[in-house]
Amino acid sequence: MQPGRAETGSSAPVSDVAIIGAGSAGLILGVALARAGLAVSILDRRAPVPPGPDADRRVFALSAGSCRVLDGLGLWPALAPDAQPITDIVVGDRAGPPLVHFDHAEMEVGALAHIVAADALQRALLAAAKAEASIRFVAPVQISRLDIASDRAGLVLADGGMVAARLVVGADGRNSLVRRAARINVTEWTYDQSAIVVEITHARPHHGTAEEKFLSGGPFAVLPLRDAVDGTPCSFIVWTEPSARITDLMKLSDADLEEELNHRLGDRLGRARINGPRQCFPLALTLAENYVAHRLALIGDAAHAIHPIAGQGLNLGIRDAAALAEVIVDARRLGLDFGMKTALLDYERWRRFDNTCLAAATDLLNRVFAIDNPVLNVAREAGMALLDRVGPARRLFMSEAMGLHGDLPRLVRGEPL
Amino acid sequence: MAPSSQNPSNPAPGRDPASTVDAAEIARFEAMAAEWWDPDGRFRPLHRFNPERVRFVRDHALARFGRDSGQAQPLSGLSLIDIGTGGGLMAEPMARLGAAVTAIDPSEKNIGIARTHAGQMGLDIDYRATTAEALAEQGLRFDIVLAMEVVEHVADVGVFLDAIAALAKPGGLVVLATLNRTFRSYALAIIGAEYVMRWLPVGTHDWNKFIPPEELSGLLSARGLTPAGTAGMIYNPISGRWRLGTDTGVNYLIAAEKP
Repeated sequence: MQPGRAETGSSAPVSDVAIIGAGSAGLILGVALARAGLAVSILDRRAPVPPGPDADRRVFALSAGSCRVLDGLGLWPALAPDAQPITDIVVGDRAGPPLVHFDHAEMEVGALAHIVAADALQRALLAAAKAEASIRFVAPVQISRLDIASDRAGLVLADGGMVAARLVVGADGRNSLVRRAARINVTEWTYDQSAIVVEITHARPHHGTAEEKFLSGGPFAVLPLRDAVDGTPCSFIVWTEPSARITDLMKLSDADLEEELNHRLGDRLGRARINGPRQCFPLALTLAENYVAHRLALIGDAAHAIHPIAGQGLNLGIRDAAALAEVIVDARRLGLDFGMKTALLDYERWRRFDNTCLAAATDLLNRVFAIDNPVLNVAREAGMALLDRVGPARRLFMSEAMGLHGDLPRLVRGEPL
Repeated sequence: MAPSSQNPSNPAPGRDPASTVDAAEIARFEAMAAEWWDPDGRFRPLHRFNPERVRFVRDHALARFGRDSGQAQPLSGLSLIDIGTGGGLMAEPMARLGAAVTAIDPSEKNIGIARTHAGQMGLDIDYRATTAEALAEQGLRFDIVLAMEVVEHVADVGVFLDAIAALAKPGGLVVLATLNRTFRSYALAIIGAEYVMRWLPVGTHDWNKFIPPEELSGLLSARGLTPAGTAGMIYNPISGRWRLGTDTGVNYLIAAEKP
C-alpha cells in the first residue's frame, strides 16, 4: 500500500467506518458499531469464509473482561460449551514447587479466564458480522493506496475500486499496512526467542489449572483444554526457547519431543503424549508510536504486538475494540465527526498507557526469569513468595490479568454500548 | 466595574451603526478562518473544547423538548439558529442530531468556509452572512437559539440580547457560552491563552467585555428569559481535556428558557 494525500473521488459512497482486517479485534469492532447503527465496511485480503478445522491450532486465554464483551454481543453462549474455564493458575520456576497460586475462589466473579480455540472464535465472529445488514464485506481484496483527505479516508483497491469512509481502522495485525501507509513509526524489540505451540493429552485431569513455569530458556505455559470426546484430558503447550533451540526441537520426532516435554511438565498431569501438529512463532514486541491520526485508528496487534508470555495479546485487542467503539459512539451521540483526530485522541489516551505498561511488564518478567543468577534467583523467589502470601497484591494481579482492572470500556464492564 | 455594554459609543470605521457587530473583531476572525477545521491547527483548543459545549447544549435541548438521547436524531423537527457560527463547529453537530439549522456569521469568509465544509460532510445547513439583529428584525423565530463565545465580542450586549430574546420561540431554549470577568479569566484567557500558550492571537479578547454569570443571568431575566442552568468549562492541563463542572470562574455556559 502506498501513502498518499490526493483528494479521493467524491463520487464514491462514504461509509461511516472502514475496518481493514477481519481478525478478532476488527470483527468485534465491526459488530459493535453496526449494532449501534453505523454503516461499516470490512476489508480483508482473504475471503470471509470460516476457517477449516485445522487452519489455526492456537488457543486464546480469554480474560473475564473479554468474555463479557463477547457475551454483550451475544456470542458467548455459542462459544461457552467448548470453552475450558481456568479456575486456578500456578506460577513457578525451574523444577521446584509452585511459587504463587492464583485461585478463582478469591475473586467474586467466576473463572479467571476461558481457553477458546482460535478457529472457533473466528467462526463465531464471522457469522455474527455476516448477520449484520449494515456490515459490507469487501474481501478478498488488495488495497493499493490510502488517501487521507480532510473530510474522508479513501482506500484505492488494486482492481480499481474505491472504498471511502469517515474513519479507517487498521486491524490488520503486527505488520499493519494501514500503519505503514499512515507513516506511523513503531518501536520494535525482537527477541532471539520463538515459541512452539502443541496440543497434548495426558493421564491425569488438569482440574482447570493453568501453569506458567519460568524456565531458563523462556516461559513454559500449560493451558487446560476441554477433555476429548472419549474423556482423555487435554492441554495446550506454549513453550518458549531461544530460536536456535526451537529450530532443533521442531526437527525432533514426536517421541523425542514428548521426552523433552515430559521432562519439563513434571508429574502433575501424568504421562503426556503429543496430539496433533506443532507450530512455531518467533517472538517480538512491536509498539506503534501513535494509535491515531486524522481519520485513522489502529487496534489490536497493529497498535501493539506483545510478547505472548501472559497470554494477553488478544485480550488487549478486544479491549481496544471496545474502547474505540465507545469513543466513536459517544462522539456520534453528540453529533460530532468521530473521524476527526480530536475525538480519536480520547481512544489513544485511554488505551496506550494500558497497553504499554503491560508490554513493558511482560518484557521485564521474561528478562528477569531468563537470567540464571543466584542473587536474582533468591530475589525472584522472595518476590513471588510475597505475592503468594499477600492477598490484596495477589487479587490486584489477578484482577489485572482478568481484564477487570482500571478505567474499563462499557462493553468490558458488561454494559450496553 | 460597569459592564462594557453600557459603553457602546465610538463606532469603528466601516461598522454598521444599526448592528452590534464590531468591524475590528470581524477582521481578526477572518484572518484565522481558513484554519477552522484543522484539528491540529490554530483552532486546536476550540476543537478540544467543543465536545463539552455540544454536550451542554444537547442535554439542555433533550430536557427542554422531552427528547430521548437514544434516538439517532433526537433533535429532529426542531429549528435552531447558531449565531457567530465561525467555521460551523456547533452547527454541524446540531444538524447531525437532526435539528433544522440556520447558522449565521457576520464574516462572509467564515460562512464560505462553513458552507464548503458542511457540503463535504453531506450536511444541509442554511448558512447566511448576516446578524442576529437583522434576522430578529425579519421576524424569524427558532426553537433553539445558540450564541457560543459571541457575547464577549459584541459592541452592545444589551442590543444583542434583545435580538436573542426576540429570535426564541415561546417554549424555546437559549444557550450562551462566554467568559467570566474575574482575575483568573484575565490570567488564563488573556495572559495564558493569548500570550503564553499562543492558542489565540493576541487581542482576540477584551477582558472588559467579559460578563459574570449572575450579571448575564440578570440581563436574560430582564428580557423575559428564565435561567435554567449554568456550567463552567474546566481545563485539565495534564490530560489536555475539558469537562463541564461547577466552577464558572473562566469559561462558562448558561441556558435560559423562554416561557
